[in-house]
Amino acid sequence: MNPQQAQTTIGQPNTTAIIFFLAFVGLTLAITYWAARKTKTTSEFFAAGGGVTGLQNGFALAGDFMSAASFLGIAGLVALSGFDGLIYSVGWLVGWPVVTFLIAEPLRNLGKYTFADVVAYRLKQTPVRISAALGTLTVVAFYLIAQMVGAGNLIRMMFGLTYEAAVLIVGVVMILYVLFGGMIATTWVQIVKAVLLLGGATALALMVLAKFSYSPLALFQEAVNQYGPEVLAPGKLVTNPLEAVSLGLALMFGTAGLPHILMRFYTVPNAKAARSSVFYATGLIGYFYLVTFILGFGASVLLGRGAITGVDKGGNMAAPMLAEAVGGTPFLGFISAVAFATILAVVAGLTLSGAAALSHDLWTHVVRKGNSPEHEQLRVARLASLGLGILAILLGILFKGQNVAFMVGLAFAIAASANFPALLLSMSWKGFTTRGAVASMVTGTLSAVLLIFLSPTVQVDLLGSKEAIFPLKNPGIITMPLSFLVGWVVSLVSPESEASSRYAEVKHRMHVGAEADAPTHAAPGTPAAPRPVTTPSTQTT
Amino acid sequence: MSQKTKADELEALAATRWRVAAVLTAAMLISYFGFILLVAFDKPLMGKQLAPGLSLGILLGALVIASAWVFTGIYVVWANNRYDKALHQFRR
Repeated sequence: MNPQQAQTTIGQPNTTAIIFFLAFVGLTLAITYWAARKTKTTSEFFAAGGGVTGLQNGFALAGDFMSAASFLGIAGLVALSGFDGLIYSVGWLVGWPVVTFLIAEPLRNLGKYTFADVVAYRLKQTPVRISAALGTLTVVAFYLIAQMVGAGNLIRMMFGLTYEAAVLIVGVVMILYVLFGGMIATTWVQIVKAVLLLGGATALALMVLAKFSYSPLALFQEAVNQYGPEVLAPGKLVTNPLEAVSLGLALMFGTAGLPHILMRFYTVPNAKAARSSVFYATGLIGYFYLVTFILGFGASVLLGRGAITGVDKGGNMAAPMLAEAVGGTPFLGFISAVAFATILAVVAGLTLSGAAALSHDLWTHVVRKGNSPEHEQLRVARLASLGLGILAILLGILFKGQNVAFMVGLAFAIAASANFPALLLSMSWKGFTTRGAVASMVTGTLSAVLLIFLSPTVQVDLLGSKEAIFPLKNPGIITMPLSFLVGWVVSLVSPESEASSRYAEVKHRMHVGAEADAPTHAAPGTPAAPRPVTTPSTQTT
Repeated sequence: MSQKTKADELEALAATRWRVAAVLTAAMLISYFGFILLVAFDKPLMGKQLAPGLSLGILLGALVIASAWVFTGIYVVWANNRYDKALHQFRR
C-alpha cells in the first residue's frame, strides 16, 4: 500500500462542515434556552442544582478534558513519530485515578461551588479565598489563551474563515452558553460534544481498521513496513528522565487541581455519584486516547507523513485529512465541525470556573463577607462570565500567531503546584493553617510561572536565547514538592488553634457528607452547618 | 452510643479510606512512572517486537491505560460495597 499524495480540500470553506457546525450550535443554543429557564439560583448557575447523574457527569468530565488539542495533537504526534504519541496519551490519563482516590468524594462532601470552599472550610476565608482565586484565574487564563489561539488557527485551516472571525465566533457562542445557561447548559454542551467526539473518532477508526481486516496490529505492522521498526519504539520525546518525571508529575497531579474539572464534582448529588462519574470519565478518556493512537497510525500509513506535514508542519491536520481520505468531504466536514464544537465546549467550562472564582470566592466571600443576597450573587456571576468571555476573545486576538502550546503545560504545572497541595493538605492534615494554605498556593503559582519563564520553552524557543536559566521544560518536580514543603513549614511555625479544633468537623463532613445528600436550594450563602462532633480526634496522616 | 465511640468509629473509617486511597495511588504512580522510566532508560527493550506490529512499549502503554481504569474500578467496587456499608452503619 503506497501512500498517495492526498488531495485535500482543507483550508477551503466546506459546506458540510458549516452545516454540521450550525446544527451543533443550534442544538446547544436550544439546550441553553431550556437551561436558562431553569437557572434562577447560584446553585443552578454554578452546580446545575446538583442534579446531574454520575454517568452524565462522567461524559461531561470527559468532555471537559478531551480538547481539540489532545484529539488533533496526539493523532498528529502519532502520525509523525509513532509510539511517542502513546507516552502523551498515558500521561494525560493517569491523573484521573488520583482524582478518584484522593479528591472526588471529599471535595463533593466539603465544597459547594469551588475548591476554595474546601481549603477555606476551617481557615480564615478572606486570605485563603484570595490566594485560591489567584491560582484558579492563572490556570484558567493560560488554558483559555491556549484554547482560543488553537481555535483561531484550527478553524482558519478547516473552515477557511479568518483567524479573528473564528475567535469571535467561539467567544460569542461560549458567552451565550455560560451567561444564560450556566452549569446546566455547559454540562449538556459537554455531553453532546463528548458523544460526538467519541462517536466521530470511533467511526473514523473503524473505517481505517476495515482496510486492515479490523486488526490494529496489522495496521501497526504496515507502519513498520513503511517507516521501519522505529515507529513502534520510543523516539526523541523522552530523552531526559528528569524531564519526563517532571512532566509526569504535573500531568498526574495537575488533573486533580484543574478548577474546571474540580467544579464538576459539585454538579452531582452525592459522593457516590462523584466517585462513579470519575470511573466513567476514566474509561471514556482512556478509550478515546487508544482510538486516537489508531487514527495516528492510520494517517501515517494511508496518507504518508509527507502529505501530513505538507498541510501543517505540526501534524495537527492528520486526523481531519484521514477523515477526508477514508470518508470523503462530508466526513471531513463532520470531523471539522466536531473539532470546532470541542473548543467551544472546553472554553465554556473554563469560563464558568473562572466566573465562580470571581463571583463566589472573591465577591461573595471576600468583598461581601458571605452576606450577599442570592440575586446579587447571580448578577455578579453573569457579569463575571461576560467579562471573562470578552477577555478571552481579546486575548485570543492579542496572541495571534504566537506559539502558545506550552501554556497548557503551564496550566497543569500551576494546578499541580498551587491547587493540589493546598487541597490535599486541608483535607488530610489537622495542623494545616491559614498562613500555610496561603503560602502554599502563592508559592505554587509564582514558582511555576517563574520557572516556566526561565525554562528552555520560553527562553530558547520563544525569546531566542542560547541557553535557559532553568534547564527543565516543566517545573513540576521542583514546584510541587516546594509548595507542599512551604505549606507544611509555614503551618508549623504559625499554629492556628481554631483551624485544628475544627478539623474533627471537617473530617466528619468529608466522610459522612452533609446532613442531606440531596441538593438543597434553601441556604445559598454559606454551606449548611455540618453535624458537630464534640470530641476532637487525632490526626490521621 | 456515646460520642467517644462514635468519634473512634469515624476515625477508623477515615483511616481505612485514606489507606485504600494511598495504596491505589501508589499502584498508579508505580505503573506510570515505571513505564516512563523504562521509556527513558531502555528504549531498545521497549522497541522489541513481541509479535508482528506489537512492540513491548505499545503493550505496556496500553496496559498502563487499562490499569488506570482497573484501579479506579477496584476503588469504586470497594467503596460501593464495603465503605458505603460502613458509612451507612455509622450514620445510624
